[in-house]
Amino acid sequence: MIQPGKLYDVLVIGGGNAGLCAAITAREAGASVLILESAPVHFRGGNSRHVRNLRCVHDGPEDVLLGSYPLSEYWDDLVQVTGGKTNESLAKMMLQESAHCRNWMRHHGARFQPALGGTLQLSRTNAFFLGGGKSLLNAYYRSAEKLGIDIEYDAEVTDLEIVNSQFRSATVKRNTQTEQIKARVLITSSGGFQANIDWLKEAWGEAAENFIIRGTPYDNGRILRLLMDAGMSTISDVSQCHAVAVHADSPRFDGGIATRVDCVSLGIVVNRHAVRFYDEGEDFWPKRYAIWGRLIAQQPDQIAYAIIDAKSAGSYLPPVFPPVQADSVAELAVKLSLDPATLDHTLHSYNAAVQPGNFDLTLLDNCHTDGLVPCKSHWARKLDTPPYRAYPLRPGITFTYLGVAVNDKAQVLQNGVPTANIYAAGEIMAGNILGKGYLAGIGMTIGTVFGRIAGREAVRGLTH
Amino acid sequence: MDSLTETSNNALLDEGRRVMQICNACRYCEGFCAVFPAMEKRFDFTSGDLKYLANLCHDCRECYYSCQYSPPHEFQLNVPKTFAAIRQQTYREYAWPSFMVSLFSNSKRALLISTFIFPVFFILASLLLVGPDALFTAYSDADGSFYRIVSHTMLVWGFGSAGIFAVIAMLVGGYRFWQETTAEKSAVFDLRAVVRALHDAMRLRYLGGASGEGCAYPEEQASNLRRRFHHLTFYGFMLCFAATSVATVYHYLFDLPAPYAFFSLPVQLGFFGGIMLLVGPLGLLYLKRIRDPEPADTLQTGMDITFLVLLLATSITGLLLLFLRETGMMGIMLVIHLGLVMGLFITMPYGKFVHGIYRLSALVKNAKEEGV
Ligand SMILES: Cc1cc2nc3c(=O)[nH]c(=O)nc-3n(C[C@H](O)[C@H](O)[C@H](O)COP(=O)(O)OP(=O)(O)OC[C@H]3O[C@@H](n4cnc5c(N)ncnc54)[C@H](O)[C@@H]3O)c2cc1C
Ligand code: SF4
Ligand code: SF4
Repeated sequence: MIQPGKLYDVLVIGGGNAGLCAAITAREAGASVLILESAPVHFRGGNSRHVRNLRCVHDGPEDVLLGSYPLSEYWDDLVQVTGGKTNESLAKMMLQESAHCRNWMRHHGARFQPALGGTLQLSRTNAFFLGGGKSLLNAYYRSAEKLGIDIEYDAEVTDLEIVNSQFRSATVKRNTQTEQIKARVLITSSGGFQANIDWLKEAWGEAAENFIIRGTPYDNGRILRLLMDAGMSTISDVSQCHAVAVHADSPRFDGGIATRVDCVSLGIVVNRHAVRFYDEGEDFWPKRYAIWGRLIAQQPDQIAYAIIDAKSAGSYLPPVFPPVQADSVAELAVKLSLDPATLDHTLHSYNAAVQPGNFDLTLLDNCHTDGLVPCKSHWARKLDTPPYRAYPLRPGITFTYLGVAVNDKAQVLQNGVPTANIYAAGEIMAGNILGKGYLAGIGMTIGTVFGRIAGREAVRGLTH
Repeated sequence: MDSLTETSNNALLDEGRRVMQICNACRYCEGFCAVFPAMEKRFDFTSGDLKYLANLCHDCRECYYSCQYSPPHEFQLNVPKTFAAIRQQTYREYAWPSFMVSLFSNSKRALLISTFIFPVFFILASLLLVGPDALFTAYSDADGSFYRIVSHTMLVWGFGSAGIFAVIAMLVGGYRFWQETTAEKSAVFDLRAVVRALHDAMRLRYLGGASGEGCAYPEEQASNLRRRFHHLTFYGFMLCFAATSVATVYHYLFDLPAPYAFFSLPVQLGFFGGIMLLVGPLGLLYLKRIRDPEPADTLQTGMDITFLVLLLATSITGLLLLFLRETGMMGIMLVIHLGLVMGLFITMPYGKFVHGIYRLSALVKNAKEEGV
C-alpha cells in the first residue's frame, strides 16, 4: 500500500521480473521502496509471469545446468542472432553478471527444476523455473512483502514529472482518482509497448489489428512514451520485436506459452489463398520459430494454416486446441474455408515435388522437394495419409525492442548523457542488448541483471 | 460453481480433457509431481487416462498457484479442482454394490448413518439384548468387562464379516478402476512397480513436494503440515488395526482373552494409535478449515470431512473406553465405539478411505509406465 504523502527513496514502475529484482535489491541496500503495478494482483508480473527459463553463463555443470556455457559462447550466440546489433561492453558486462544471479534468485525464493524431458535440449544454456515465471514472481512478491516494500496494484502511472532531466514525481491512476507520488529516484521497468496496437501499427500498419499479444495487456508502452517525450535517448527501432506463430484461436492477450504451434516443419503452411509462401523446412524449428511470426504478418489477413497428415502424429508438441481434422483434402479445405481446388492443387504439386529420402527430425535430413517454389529443404514427406490435421496460425508478438538507451549503471541516457535519477531495466531497455533477433532465455537475463544493477545504483545515487 | 462434480460426468471429463490439453501445450509444471510427466506421454486423453491422472494427483496445489491461466484468466484453469471432481466421480463410479453407492453418495447422509444411526442402533440392540442394568454396571477387568456386554463370538462374526465385505467391495472398485485406466490389459501384478508404489505411498513422497519442502497447502507457501497430519492419521489407523490383530492372536493362539493391562502390547498399540488418530484427523480438519478454498471441490470436501469426523469419533470413543473401562460408563462407551467402528467399516468403500486404493493403483500404473 502507498503511504500517503511519503517521499520514497525509490519508486519502481512495473512489477515484473526486472522491477522486482530492482526493488528487492534497493530495499536490501536500505532504501524505502514503492512498486506501482498497473495490473490487479491476479495478473501481476507482466510478461514475466509467462516465462520459463533464464539463460546464464556457467563454466561447468552447476545444479540444474548441464555441461558448461562460457561467456565467449554466449557472446558469440548473441552476436549471431543480433547480427552485431548490440552494445558490446554492456552486453559483456551482463553476460558476466548472469553467472552470479542464480544464488541471489534462490535466496529470494526462486526454485529451479532439474533437467527433465521437455527441457533437456536447453539444459546446458538455460535454467528452468519450477512451475514457470508465475511461480518465480510469486516468490519474489513474497520476498518483497517480507522486506517491507510497499506494493500497489491496479495502479497505472500515467504521467511523469521530469524537470531538467531530473525525475520529480509520478502521477498514478487508482480507480478513478489520480495521485502524485514523490520519490528521490525512479526505476522504470514497465516492459515493452507490444500491447499497444496503435503503436504497433506505426511499424506494421493495419496488419497489427490481427496480431495476437502473447503476454500481458498491461505493457502498453506508456512509460516508454513519456520518457521519449521527455527527450530520453532511444535504441533499436519500432519494427523490432520477437514474434512467433501462435494458434489463431488464442486469446488476444495473455495466451502465453501454451499457444505455440510447432508442427510447421512436419508439413506445409498455406495462406488464406491456400498457397504456400515459405520454406517450412529451412532449419530446425527452434532456430526458425521466431521468423514465422513475421512471415505470417506479411500474409493476407495475417492468417495461415499448418497442415500435416497422420504420419506426423506424435512427433510434435500437442497444441493448445484440438486440430481441424478431415479425411480428405477437400473436406479439410471446406472446414478451413479455403478454396478446395487451390488447396488440392497446392498439395498435389507439393507431393509431386517431394524427393525420396530418409526422414529424420533430429537431423537436417535429405527429404526435400525438387522444382517447387518455394522449396521445402528438409523433412519433406508426401501429405497422403488421412486424417489430415490443420492448425490455424497468427503472428504472436512476444515483446518489442524499441527502448531507452542506458549505461552500465542502468541509468537512462539523454543525448548520450546519463540522467541523474532515472534508471531502466528489463524490456524497456532490452534494445540495448537485442537490436534484433532473439536467444531463448535472454529476456530474463536482461531483466534480472539490469534490475539488480538499477536497484544497487539507485541507492548508491541516493547517498551521493 | 463450487463443485464441478455436479456437472454431468461427460461434461466433467470434457473439462478434464480441455485442462489437460492446455497443460500439455504448456508443461511448466512438469517438475511438481508425477501427473505432468505422465500427461506428456499422451496426446489425446481417454476417460481412463483422465481418471488415472486425477488419481495420480495428490492435490498439492502447486500447479494452481503457479498457473498463469488460473482464474480470472479466460482459460479458467484449475487443475487441482478439476481433478478433485474427477476423483470424486471415480470413487462413485467404481464403488460396488451400486445401491450402497446411492445410499452413501450424499456425504451428510453418510455422516448421519455412520456416526449416529449405527451407534444408536447398537445402543438399542444392547438395551434389548443385555438390558439397561447390565449395560450400566461397572465391571472390573477380572470380570472380563467387554464380554459382559458383547460376546467374543458376536464381535468376531459381526466385525469379521463387515470387514470382509468392506475389503471385497473395495477390491471390486480397485479392479474396475484398473480395468478402465489400463487399456492394454497388462498384468496388474508387477512386483517392482508395486513395491515402488507402496514405498512412495508409505512415505507420502509426493506430499513432500518437489524437494521436501511440502505442498502449497493450506496456502500458497509450501508446508509439510498436511504430510505430517496424514502420516499421523494413517499410521494411527494402522496401529489401531494392529492392536486388534494382536489381540486376536492373543485370544486364539495364547488363549489370552481381553481385557489386557494398560502396558500390554495390544493396549499400547491401541493407545498410541488412538492418540495419533486423534491428532491426525484434527490437524487435517483444521487445515481444511483454514485452507484456500479456490482449488478445492466442495463435494470432495464434504466426503473428506465425513471421513475425518468418523475417524475422530472412533478414536475419541476408543480412548474414552480405555479410561472408563472399569466404570459404569464402560458399557455404553463400548457400544457407541463399536457402532462407530461398524459405521466406519460399512461406509469405507463409499467414502474417502478408497482414495488409498485408487491412488495406490495409479502409483503402480505410473511406476510401470516409468519403467521402474
Ligand atoms: C509467452 C512468453 C514466454 C516467454 N518466455 C521467456 C523465457 O522463457 N525466458 C526469457 O528469458 N524470456 C521469456 N519471455 C520474455 C520475457 O517475458 C521478458 O523479457 C521479461 O519478462 C521482461 O520482464 P520485465 O520486467 O521487463 O517486463 P514485464 O514482466 O512485462 O513487467 C512489466 C510490468 O510493468 C507493468 N506496467 C506497464 N506499464 C505500467 C505503468 N504505466 N504503470 C505501472 N505499471 C506498469 C506491467 O503491468 C507489468 O507487470 C517470454 C515472453 C512471453 C510473452
Ligand atoms: S497448470 Fe498451468 S502452468 Fe501448470 S502446466 Fe498446466 S497450464 Fe501450465
Ligand atoms: S495439484 Fe499438485 S499433484 Fe495435483 S496435478 Fe497439481 S502439482 Fe500435481
